[in-house]
This record gives sequence, structure tokens and C-alpha cells, in this order.
Amino acid sequence: MTEQTAARPEVSRRRLPGVNPVYVLVVALLLAIFIMNPAFGEPTGYMNFLKRVAALAILSGGALYVIVSGGFDLSVGSTMTLTLTVIGSSMLASNDPNSTYWIIPLMLGIGLVVGLINGLVVSYLKVPSLIATLGMMITLNGVAFMWSGGAPRGYLPDTFRFFGRFNISDVPLIGILPVAVICLVVFGTILWWGMHRTNYGRMLHAIGDNPQAARLAGVPVQRVRISAFVVSALTAVLAGVILGGRGGVSVDIGSGYELQAITAAVIGGAQLLGGRGSVPATIAGALALEAIFTLLNLIGLAQPVRLVVQGLILIGAVALATYQRKRAGR
Amino acid sequence: MIDAPVIEMRGISKSFPGVKALRGVSFACARGEVHALCGENGAGKSTLIKILSGVYRPDAGEVLIDGKAQHFSHPQNALLAGISVIYQEFSLLRERTVAQNLFLGREPLKNGIIDSRAMITETQRVLALFGIRHRIKPETLVADLDVASQQMVEIAKAISLNAKVIVMDEPTAALNEAECEVLFALVDRLRASGTAIVYITHRMREVTRIANRVTVIKDGEVTASFDTVPAPEVIVRAMVGRDISEYYPEPAAPAEIGKPVLTIAGGSNASLRDIDLELRAGEIVGFAGLQGAGRTALAMAIFGAAPLTAGTMTLDGKTVRLLTPRDAIRAGIGMLPGDRKASALVLMQSVRDNGMLTARSFAHALGRRNSNRFIGIEGMDGLLDQMKVRAPSYEQEMRFLSGGNQQKAIVARWLALRPKVLIFIEPTRGIDVDTKASIYHLMRDLARGGAAVMMVSSDLPEILGASDRIVVMRDGRIVGQFDRTATEAELMLAATGEAAGVAA
Repeated sequence: MTEQTAARPEVSRRRLPGVNPVYVLVVALLLAIFIMNPAFGEPTGYMNFLKRVAALAILSGGALYVIVSGGFDLSVGSTMTLTLTVIGSSMLASNDPNSTYWIIPLMLGIGLVVGLINGLVVSYLKVPSLIATLGMMITLNGVAFMWSGGAPRGYLPDTFRFFGRFNISDVPLIGILPVAVICLVVFGTILWWGMHRTNYGRMLHAIGDNPQAARLAGVPVQRVRISAFVVSALTAVLAGVILGGRGGVSVDIGSGYELQAITAAVIGGAQLLGGRGSVPATIAGALALEAIFTLLNLIGLAQPVRLVVQGLILIGAVALATYQRKRAGR
Repeated sequence: MIDAPVIEMRGISKSFPGVKALRGVSFACARGEVHALCGENGAGKSTLIKILSGVYRPDAGEVLIDGKAQHFSHPQNALLAGISVIYQEFSLLRERTVAQNLFLGREPLKNGIIDSRAMITETQRVLALFGIRHRIKPETLVADLDVASQQMVEIAKAISLNAKVIVMDEPTAALNEAECEVLFALVDRLRASGTAIVYITHRMREVTRIANRVTVIKDGEVTASFDTVPAPEVIVRAMVGRDISEYYPEPAAPAEIGKPVLTIAGGSNASLRDIDLELRAGEIVGFAGLQGAGRTALAMAIFGAAPLTAGTMTLDGKTVRLLTPRDAIRAGIGMLPGDRKASALVLMQSVRDNGMLTARSFAHALGRRNSNRFIGIEGMDGLLDQMKVRAPSYEQEMRFLSGGNQQKAIVARWLALRPKVLIFIEPTRGIDVDTKASIYHLMRDLARGGAAVMMVSSDLPEILGASDRIVVMRDGRIVGQFDRTATEAELMLAATGEAAGVAA
């Protein structure tokens, strides 16, 4: 989509460069925030914004893998809750700072298992992913509640909170640089590379576009599909680590994130039934969503309005995409 | 002898983008007669029927019912005018009863609620009319009926709608011998009661058995029309008689045909019985037969998509068991499906992505997308150039290309892997004449390069023109082998079971 062939410049030059509208949207929203609140233009203003959005952006990039493969993953929010609340805090009741070094790998291990189960259920038991991951979501929420007894028992040590909370100060030019933003850049780049630069990413697009054709072309459809759920679950854990560092931990910390991630991907132009999607545009979609929430906040509208707006965006974006696709003759 | 026609179609023409489907076709059917409409697949029979039933509108010509010109804008209009079409795929709702299906959308009401007693009485009356009351109960779920009975219900529905004309589109395709006889008896009864019947088939036996008149369509034109049923040979010649066009490449010289690449002995599965087959290097083998004869099933078995459950298969002399398409591709077998949109193309991806898909699937998953051990992006562009794929850019999404260019891109996909056996299913369906010729030459080039080419096709001229050897299948078996000097009539007769094939 972004590449044009060198062999046919005369054709590509005639067409308008296809800028994904989400980038325009993000710039417009950020400008609007800046106009309403000039402090946003200071490094602490926009860096804190990026810090706030990092978890959702990474999560959305991972969720995109499942969306492009033609599925949904509704279990990411509960995966965040489970790994963060139960493993992260409850098992860290000792507040031992050194335990972070084995706790995070353990959380990733649990994420791996959750993703594998999701993928296996969808691939081999042929349960539609919406249902399979909805079931997983309910199950994990229940497990988290049982295990934690309704409230997290311990506190996260600072070594754990480092990723979500710490700012590197005195950076030339920008002043502060939150670790969360570094994480966003690193994981965003890895997700972009996997989706857009590897054979794997192309196979992911193929199975979301037409699984039957992909199978007959030799794509190991099941393996690719399962791995998409694993990527999604692992990014949920990473997003959870950053989220846990930022704020307090509760037993519903992850709830709602699954739909925010899907909304971000859709704002970024991902095809909800699979076959199309871009990691950078999805990250921009997450930025746009967070910017909208910030704006609502500045205007003085409360949480319920956020939900209404998010719901309307999801429906509107899909309706628009469906309309455009129909008009394009498909 | 027969009174004025109930339906008359005069000078019907119809084009679809890139195809002239019908050219000045005239056709009529009178009360109390069975008019057989014959022709090969793709000859234009279905298009003609869809115009009659209001699915399509003709570009030129007119449809008259009882002498009055009609302009159907919707199938419902045709239905109300008394035209019922029984398609090969039934339109019954499987989870409803026979009576509910008969009255679908026009349920009788009594005091504002559905009068199911009246529905059942009327259904019994209709079923009794053609003597199948004992076989089918109005309260039975359609899903619980066998295929033949479902077809009876379709016909009963047409009768209860007071159809003046009933069109049957290859009604015996799914029936066994005994069921066919029941159907023929029913057709006789309908004819005697004054219904006009248009009977589409390419089975000569059925034409001889039940038709009063025969019209043959070929390439969108009426090539012959008989007021009495002639000998089967005469009809078959009208169906297939055409000069083989120039665009087929030279066949393989005997010296070019090498040793066997793929052999099957006693191969069977749910759709195949006792297949013994040998495909040789340098040879194009054409597979002829009717729909459902097992040609595609055989291709899918070789390709591992619906594997053989009995028998042995060898590739280059080694016994192989290919249980998935991935196994088959790894072993050196490629396949171009007949239904490209459903089974070959990833339409939202670029032309390059479509071409690279198989190579990427067998390269390292985390390897660079634009270069792998089979081919790089420059190599793929070279293949696409060589195929003369016409696209504004190879980054163009596949869905914007024409059918011919899509097919060429899929050929490039397989060429990248240099397969030993390449299977083409309906390789030129929906493709314009020029591209057809280039596909035939490409198949020949592949064979010259040492590959074995298997071509499944329902287009007899194509089978005869492009193959070195022809295998005819029927009912999951190989029933005849011919060399390329065979005639279309011979193949047709073998495929329909009118005469055994002569071993070549």
C-alpha cells in the first residue's frame, strides 16, 4: 500500500498519494487539544499524553494481528487483569523488588498459554473467535476474582512500576522521556516489522482475506492463526505491565480495553473481517481515541459520555469502511 | 399438432462484461409438450432460463407469454405469470415442513393466524395429483427427505402455484436410476395435464425418453432445432460440432514425453473408485466428464485437499502420502482451482502478494517478505511480466484485475516453485479468447520444461485442442482413455455412459 513500483512511475505519479485519514485525524485532534490547553505543547504535556496512550497503543497493535487474520480477541482486557492483579500484585505481596525479574517472564508465560488456548480453540474446535475469546474473557475474569479474593493483596514494587511510571529527565530537546514511550517505540517497531516486513505478516493478511485460498496456496493456516492469538495475548501482558506502573491496580483494571483496542484498529482503517490493517495506523488510531477522550475531559464530559462516544465511533467507522468497500466494488 | 406456444422467446441477446452470452436466440414451448434444451456447459442455457424467469433482462429481443410481450423486472413477476424454475440447487427451506415450503410467503390465513389445516389439505391434494402422496407427508421436514423427494416437493410447489411452464434445470443430476424413472413418470403426467415443460439436459438418454422437441444451443446461438427427436448422434454433433481453433499449441512429439512422474494405483475415497492413473513428464492430460464425475475430486486427492483413503500414489517412483495441500506442494505438486475467487485469490492483497504467497508460505516465517529461497520480488515481477499480467502496478489490489490477468498471476505463483506436477482446473473459465490462447501455450511450455500437466475441463474443444491424452471420468471412475484424435462425440458418449470408451 505504501510502496509504489519503480518500474511504473507514470502511473503512480498520477494518483494522489494515499494518506490514511487517521493521521490527519490525529493531527487535528492534537491541535484541538493544544488550542484548548496550551500547556499540552510543553514536553511534559505531550509526553504525558504519549505515556498515557502507550499501553493502549501496544495492545491495539497486538490486537490488530488477530483482526487482520480475520478474528477478534475479546480476552485481552481480562488477560491484563489476570496477569497484573493476580500474578503481578497478589503474588508480590512480599514487595520484593527483585521478584520483578521473574514475575514479568511468568506473566508472559501465562499470556502465551492464554493465546495458545484461544488459537487452538478457534482453529481446531472451530469456535468463532468472538465467542471463544468472550468465553476466555469471562473465565479469566472469574479466575482473577477468585484468586485475588476480590481485591489485589499486595503492591507493585518500584522495579515493576519502572516501565509505566519512570521518566528519564534532562533529555536534550524534549526534556523528559517516559520509559513507557520508549516501550511504545520498541514494541511498535517490532509489531510493525512482523506485520509488514516478514513472510509471516503477508500470510496473516492472506488467511484473513480468504482462508480457503490461503490453505490451497500452502499457507499453514492453523499455525498462523494460533500465533496471531499468541501475539495478541503477549502484547496484552506488556500493555498490562505499563498500565500497572501508571496507576492503581484493581480487579477490573483491564476491562474495556479489548473494545478500545478494536476501536483503535478500526479507526486506523483495519478491515474488521480480516485481510487488511496497518500497525502504524492502528497506533495512530489509539492516539486518536485517547485524544478524543482527553478532549471530552477538557470539555468537562464524564466517563459515561466516553463510552457513548467510543461506541458511536466503532459503529460509525465500520459503517464508513463497509460503505467505501461496497463502492469500490466488493 | 400442438397449439400456440405458451412461452415464446424471440431474438434474445444478452451480454455480460467481456462475454456475449446469447445472440439472437429464439425458443418456444407449447402446452402439453416437453421441449429439451441441450448444450454444453457455458453454452448459454442458464442465461436463457434466467431471462425467461426474470432474473436477467435481455439486451434485445422479447419474451411472450400466451402471445403477450412481458417485461419481467423481478423473478416474482415471472412466477406470477406462471413460470416456475426448478434449479439444480433447491430453494427449499430445510428446517420447515413440506407444507410450509409449499406455501412459503403465501400462507392461508384464518382469523389472522396461519391456517395450517388448509395448508396440509392443499399439500395432500397436490401431492396426490402426481401419485407421490404415499411417499411424502406434508408434515415431514424437508431436511428429512432424500434428494429425489425434495425435487418432487419443488415440482409440487410449482404445481400449487398453477405454473403454466415448468423449467427443469438438469433435474436428474442428483438422482439414481429408479428415482429418474419416478421423475420421468411425473413429467409424463404433467405433460398430459397440459403443462409446458422446458427440460435442460445434456444426457441423450433422457432426451430420447421424454422430449417432444429439441433445441441445441452452442456458444450463445441456436445451432439446431428439431420438431421431432432425432438420433442421439445428430444432437451431439450439433452440441459440439466446431472446428478446433488455431490457438492451440502443437502437441508433444512422442520423444518429448518422458517417464511417469505421478502414478496412482487403485485410488479410492468417498468420491473416487479404483483410479489407476499415470501422468508423464512432458505430457498434458485432459480430464473430461460431466459435473460431479469425479474429475475435480481426483485433482483434490492428488493435491492432498481431499486425500485418497485407499490405493497408492507414487511421485518420481517413490510412494507418497499427501494428506494436506502443504504436503503436496512440498512434494512438488501445484494446483490452480476452478473457482478462482473462492479458492485461489486473496483479493485485497496486491498482485505481487498473490504471486508470492506460496513461496512465502514455505520460506522462513520471519524472513524478509521480498526475498526467499524460491524467488525474490524482482524474480516475481519478471514472471508477472513474462505472463503479460496487465495491471497499472503490481502493487494494485488483485480484485481490480480481470479474470484472465488474475489467472496469469496465479500461474506465476506456481511457476515460482517449479512444480513437477501442475493441475489446472477449468483453466480458461471466464477468460477472454486471447488470454485463453496464452494459457494453453503456457501449459505447453511447462510440459516442455519437463512437468506433467493435468487439465480438468468441461470445455470439450479445449480438452481436444490442448491435451496430448484424454481421460474420461464418470461416477468417480475412469471410464475411457483416448488420444487427441478422438472426437467430441466419442468423449461425450463416454462421459454420458452411452458407450464405453475405447482404450487408447
